[in-house]
Amino acid sequence: MMLLTFFLFFLIIVSGTGGELCVSRAMRAVGELHDFRPKSVLAFVLRGLRQPWMWLGVAMMAVAFFSLLAILSFSDVSFVVPVSALSYAAGALGARAFLGERISHNRWLGILVVSIGVTIVWWSGRH
Amino acid sequence: MKLHLKTYLAILVIVIFAPMGNVLLGKGMKGVGSAATWTLAQFWPLATRILGNPYIWLGIGCQLTFFVAYMSILSWADYSYVQPSTALSYATVALLSHFLLGEFISPLRWLGVLVICTGVFIVGRTAPRSHTVPLP
Repeated sequence: MMLLTFFLFFLIIVSGTGGELCVSRAMRAVGELHDFRPKSVLAFVLRGLRQPWMWLGVAMMAVAFFSLLAILSFSDVSFVVPVSALSYAAGALGARAFLGERISHNRWLGILVVSIGVTIVWWSGRH
Repeated sequence: MKLHLKTYLAILVIVIFAPMGNVLLGKGMKGVGSAATWTLAQFWPLATRILGNPYIWLGIGCQLTFFVAYMSILSWADYSYVQPSTALSYATVALLSHFLLGEFISPLRWLGVLVICTGVFIVGRTAPRSHTVPLP
């Protein structure tokens, strides 16, 4: 059970974060959404679907989604969601390496504080 | 629409629909049976049971709404800005888990949620966009 839990969390975090980074890269190529009428939003989504990065991202997020379903079958929602926030560290590192985003000191500080909060929530689940 | 206003609107949709989706999926999956006992031979009966559960479909609907908002916001804001901002959804998850699923949220867990919200406030004070040159 422990091994299965670790394996599923690994898939949720690595595949989920990797998928989001791929989707982010595809959306960067599509450009900014300015017009919020339904027709324009649909055209915007279709433009996104023409990006290969989008499909890789969606596939990785699908793996993460089914892993989430599996782990929710035997764990509390209020345990699973905070632990999956380990992806914050992975997300920040990935955004810098893969998307070329510059992460300011303040933003690192925010990510650090968020991670401390997530850790407290995780510990609260164990005691 | 102003950059900050539409950013905050998208974050609002994200922090409501993503936790709602998780809670509904959790409620649906609790009726399926533990994944620790699943075998390959059970694949079709399991898939039928999961896909026949209305909570799973409601959860997927919420997650799709979240996903469209998330895709939109990533077209103008940094991933490293968006991802921590969505941490507000931990407060929503705690509230929904408590009121809809009856999960016990200890004072220590509420403290963790407060610390997360402080982190979100710090991240929210940084500029939404740091890149000026589009990726090739």
